[in-house]
Parts: sequence; C-alpha cells; structure tokens
Amino acid sequence: MIISVPFIIYYKLRTMIKNILSLLFICQLSITALAQEKNHKLPAVDVKTLDGKTFNTANFDNGGKPIIIDFWATWCKPCVKELNAIAEVYEEWEKETGVKVIAISIDDARNMAKVGPFVNGESWDYDVYIDSNGDFKRAMNVNNVPHTFLLNGNKEIVWQHNSYSEGDEKELLAELKKLKAVKKN
Amino acid sequence: MVKKLLQKKILMHQIGLISKPSNLSIFQSFNFLINLLFSVLCSLFINYSSAQNLNLGEIHGNFQTDVQFYNPDSAIGAAPVPQKMLENSFLNVVYTNGKFSAGLRYESYLNVMQGFDPRYKGNGLPYRFASFKNEKLEVTVGNFYEQFGTGMIFRTYENWGLGYDNSLEGIKIKLTPHKGITLKGVIGKQRYFFDYGDGIVRGADGEINLNETFVKLAEKKTQIILGGSFVSKYQADNDPIYILPENVGAMAGRLNIIRGKINFYSEYAYKINDPSTINSFIYKPGQSLLVQTSYSQKGLGITLAAKRIDNMSFKSDRTATGIFLDINYLSSLTRQQTYNLASMYSYATQANGEMGLMGEIMYKIKKDSKLGGKYGMLITFNYSRTNELNKTLLPDSTYMGYESNFFKVGKETYSQECNLEINKKFSSKVKATFAYLYQEYNKAVVQSAANVGIIYSHIGILDLSYKINDENTIRTELQHLYTKQDNGSWAMGLLEYTIAPNYFAAVSDLYNYGNENEDKRLHYYSISAGYMKDALRISLSYGRQRAGVFCVGGVCRNVPASNGLLVTITDSF
Repeated sequence: MIISVPFIIYYKLRTMIKNILSLLFICQLSITALAQEKNHKLPAVDVKTLDGKTFNTANFDNGGKPIIIDFWATWCKPCVKELNAIAEVYEEWEKETGVKVIAISIDDARNMAKVGPFVNGESWDYDVYIDSNGDFKRAMNVNNVPHTFLLNGNKEIVWQHNSYSEGDEKELLAELKKLKAVKKN
Repeated sequence: MVKKLLQKKILMHQIGLISKPSNLSIFQSFNFLINLLFSVLCSLFINYSSAQNLNLGEIHGNFQTDVQFYNPDSAIGAAPVPQKMLENSFLNVVYTNGKFSAGLRYESYLNVMQGFDPRYKGNGLPYRFASFKNEKLEVTVGNFYEQFGTGMIFRTYENWGLGYDNSLEGIKIKLTPHKGITLKGVIGKQRYFFDYGDGIVRGADGEINLNETFVKLAEKKTQIILGGSFVSKYQADNDPIYILPENVGAMAGRLNIIRGKINFYSEYAYKINDPSTINSFIYKPGQSLLVQTSYSQKGLGITLAAKRIDNMSFKSDRTATGIFLDINYLSSLTRQQTYNLASMYSYATQANGEMGLMGEIMYKIKKDSKLGGKYGMLITFNYSRTNELNKTLLPDSTYMGYESNFFKVGKETYSQECNLEINKKFSSKVKATFAYLYQEYNKAVVQSAANVGIIYSHIGILDLSYKINDENTIRTELQHLYTKQDNGSWAMGLLEYTIAPNYFAAVSDLYNYGNENEDKRLHYYSISAGYMKDALRISLSYGRQRAGVFCVGGVCRNVPASNGLLVTITDSF
C-alpha cells in the first residue's frame, strides 16, 4: 500500500505537467501562428500553356508587380463575364498598377481544344493556361469557378473572391490600389 | 481533500478496482519522458524559428457543406425522407513547406443527399497524401490525381459536387530528366466510396516536346509534342465458368503539332480484351481515336473535332457499373451547356461505342462597326453529332460480340445539336445573350429509357442584364423548350438581383406547361439568396428541383425530384 503512494503522486503530477505542457504548446503555436500570419505563397504545380508546353506555376512572374489569377472555364457564364469586364479596363489597370492577369482554364479534355480559339474569339489579352485535371485548382483550394486571387509583388496571395456579380471588379481594383499604397509606404 | 482522495484510490487498489501500476509503468514513464522532450523541443524550435523567422510552412485548405431539408411532395414525385434532412460535407487541409506537402480530406455524409450513391455513408478520410517535389523529381504517396494525354486510357480526378472521385491510392512518380521531357509512373488501388476497388492499376506515361528538348529545333516555327502511355490493371479471376484476363493492358499514343495559328491534336488508344459487365462480357479488344484541329486569331476561333470510341470502358473492377472505378475518361464532343433548359437533355459518352464530330466557330464583330456597335458582338455557332457504330453481330455474339467497320458510321443517331449564340453589350448598362438550339437526344440509349426514342427539341434563350449602378445589377433569363416528345414543352423565367460584391437574390420558375398529362403540368418554383465575402459563400435556396440528369464536366448523375431548403457554405483558407 505504501509502495503505491509515490506512483499515484507520480501519476497525478504526470497528467498535470502533461496538460500544462500541451496547453503551453498549443498557446505558443497559436501565438506564433498569429504573430507570423503571413500570406500564402503560390504553390508549384504543372499546368499547360495554350501551345501544349508544361509550365510550373511557381514561375508565374510579373517583375515584382501584382498578379491577378482568375480560374475560369469556357462553359462558365459568370467566369466569362468577369474576364470580359476586366478586359474592358485591363489596359487602364495595367497602366495604373502594372498588374498582369493570368487566366487559368479548368476545362478538361472535352473542351481543352476550344480554349485557345475561345480566348482569341473573345479577343482577350491574358496569359492563359490550362489546368485540365484540376491540379492547380486543388492546390489553390478553389471550390467553384470563377475564383479570383490577387497576388502582391512578392507573389503572395493577399485577397481572393469566389463567384462573380457585375461590379465585383470594382472591389478588385480597390484591393489593387491598396497594394500600390502599401508599396509606397 | 487530496489526502482523502488518495486514500480512496489506495483502497481501490487494494480491493483491485484499479489495476496496480506494474512494470508497465517503466514503459509509460519512458513515453512520458519522450513526450516531455518532444514538447520542450517543439517549444524551443518554435521560439527559435520565430526568432530567426524560419519557414514553418503553411496550412491551407477549403471546405464545403451542403445541407438539404426535404419536404415530401407527391405531385413532383419527391418521396418523404425519413431523416428530414441530409448532409454532404468535406474539408481539405494541406500543409506545405518548401518542397514538401501533405494533406487530407475529411468527408461526411450523414446521410448522403438524394441523387448521390447511398454507398457514400458516414464519415471518413478517403483522401490523404504526402509529396515532395524538386526540379527533376516529384514523388507522391497516398491518394493522387493524374491524367495521361486527354485521359483516354488513364485519368483519375474528382468532382465532389457530382459524387465522383476515382483517385488512386499508391505511389506516383514524376520525372523531368531533361527540358521538354516528362515521365510519369503510377501504381495504386482506386477509391471506392470509403474503401478500395478490387483491382490494382499500374501505368506509365512519357511526353516529349521536341522543340524544347532539341536545341536545333528551338527556333523552328512548327512545334511538335509526342506522347505515349501504357496502363494495366490486375484483377483476379474467380469466375467458375469463364476464363477472364487477369491483366488487362491498354496503350495510347498522341501527337500535337502547332504552327502559328493552327493547332492539331490526335490521340489513339488500344485496349486488349476486357470482358466486363458494361460490355456484356465480350472478348473484343477496344479502341478509340480522337482528332481535333483548331485555327484561331484575334476575334476568330475555329475548332473541329472527330472521334470514334469502340468498346473502351476501362474499370479497375470488371463488375463495376455507373460512374465508379473508371480508369479512363472518355469525353463527349457535345457542347457543354450553361443554361438550364439547354442542359435538360445532356448527352453522355457511350463507352461501348459511338462516332462523333463537332465544329465550333466563334467570331467577334469589331467595335464601332455597324453590327458590332460600341462594344462589339460575339457570335458562336456550334454543331455536333454522335451516332452509333456500324456493327455486324457475329454468329457467336457472346464471345467476340460484333464486327465494326472503322470508317463507317452507324445509322442510329445518339445526339445532334445546332447551337447559335449571340453575345452583345448594348451600352455600359445593358448586356444580352440570345441563343437558339436545335437538339436531338436519344433518351432510349443515353438513359436506357423505355418507351421513349429520340427527343427533338427547339430551345430559345434570352439572358438580359441591366446594371443599375456600380453595385446593383438586375438580370433576367427567359428560356423556352419546345418538344412533342417525353414531357412536352417547358418554359422558364428567372429574375436575379445582385449587389456587388456581397449579395445576391433570385427567384425562378420552371413550368412544364406542355405535358400531355394535365396533372403533370407543374411549376418548379425556387427562391434563393446568398452572401459572398472573399472566399466565403453562403447560399440558401428553397423550392422544387425537377428530376433529371445533372452534368458537370462530362460526368452526369441522376437527380430525383425534391422539394425543400438547401443551405450551402463554401470557404477557402
């Protein structure tokens, strides 16, 4: 009986220390996470260019200027509307902020061949890539198209928006301007 | 107090209510020490790394939940749901740190919503992976998605909204030994709900971009990309009567030539005999050919495609049916529809055999021209047709099945469509889409429906939006489908109001006014509203959903009629 006393004390202590430690650990983790809350970087995934070349998304580049990444599909009406809306003001935005738009088509084998002609048909001036098996879409955690990301000069995701309603591009422009303001400071 | 408790415990030990700490405790205390050490190390590491600003990696993911509350509605044929509400959800979590990444997806079906396979039952982690990647090599263990060429003999992918996921669990290796050369190898078992399919799938693929690989060709105007793949599945033959092939191999080759505005792509696949439930256990080999060409320049895009599929269903379990355990992906050439009534009769690829062709032309009439107006006008014309194969049944049709002339088209039409769409912006406030479609749809073949042959329909669509100011837009859709077959004619109206960038609300009604049976001339009304902020989207919709085939990306599922409230939440982080 006497022998078991230290064991019990030991057990009590053990659980206590363990609890405190794990609590500390969690606290610290969350504090560190909060303190270090930083923007997600662009994942490195292979997509295809319109002329069939393999291209790694880590190589998307705009020389330190912001990038807009827009996930779309030829059959997605709101996507096409959004890209058309941006196309109308693209030149202005380019001049003002130096932004570059990268349009990622998630069309699969069924419509893949149509993407190039579609982009030309719409007379878009975007850099277009095809993500026909959704690898980049998954890596960027896109649920549905259209899904738009704004990247700062360090290629970190600073803003994103799912779905498109007419006028949404105004918010995107405001976010773009914010980036410019931050840079000035 | 503590003393008392201690005494109590000691007493309990004596009477044997609590097992005595025995020799086991040595092991436990060792465990404890390890834990302690780990915790301290972790804390130190975190302190150190935050001080040094070391990269701890990132955690990101996405989430969706669909909850549907059901009302019984005998008029539209919606049976009572005993659970009253059903739920489908998933959460993806991915950790990445430099070249390393790992992730998992939790899925929950309590119980699965109507229209999905009931074998999605309960909760689980059907997807988990770890991978590392550098410039030359990428290795993934666990579940993965991959595609060779257009997927004619191999494609694993997921479409959660359709209940489609044929991921392989095993190992994937991707090598880039030289610029322009990609080699891939895969092995694994396929996901089957919360389990695996019976067969094992092995495959390899190689692709070479001649212009990137050979310096001499780098400056050439003509670009050539070649690819080839081999895929084999193994499934034991436990059949007491038939001798079935346990290893079934399939091979494919592809060629892509690009010169200026012209892009030519062709892929051919061959599969050895693969008797299965889908092909009624015939021993005929399968083959498939796809040829597509496009020409495009600013303001003009032309695409032409033709294909032939003969006995190409390829599943990792020969007894599997439906959309499960597919190893390959056979895409349809028909246009993927956006509007509700245009997709009422959506064609789905017939893996047992079909021949099809498609042509599409997009032309943008320039700004400031007579027709184009201030903003230009886009005209899209699409034609597609799919027929059966030319087949001659063999005397012993149970063995080799049939013979087929490669270049001859069979008589029976599976689908045909003419589609003209005009998009025009009239002013900074008014935009419109007009569409006219003529469709022929062989319901008997596509949906194995009895008593219905080919459905001939004419569809007209008007989609008009008016931008009140920078934030507020009102949009209306008017659609009409005229047919004498099946359920007769339909009309649909939709009114949508959006306040950018956060809110939307819509009302719609679909009316089967042309149904021969007067009792079935029903309204399928629906109201919906939603809130969007960043990646978050919350939507509510209440109303009736007609029974029908719901398709995205070439995969279709049958959705039964329902009535009730659907709540959907999606987010990414």
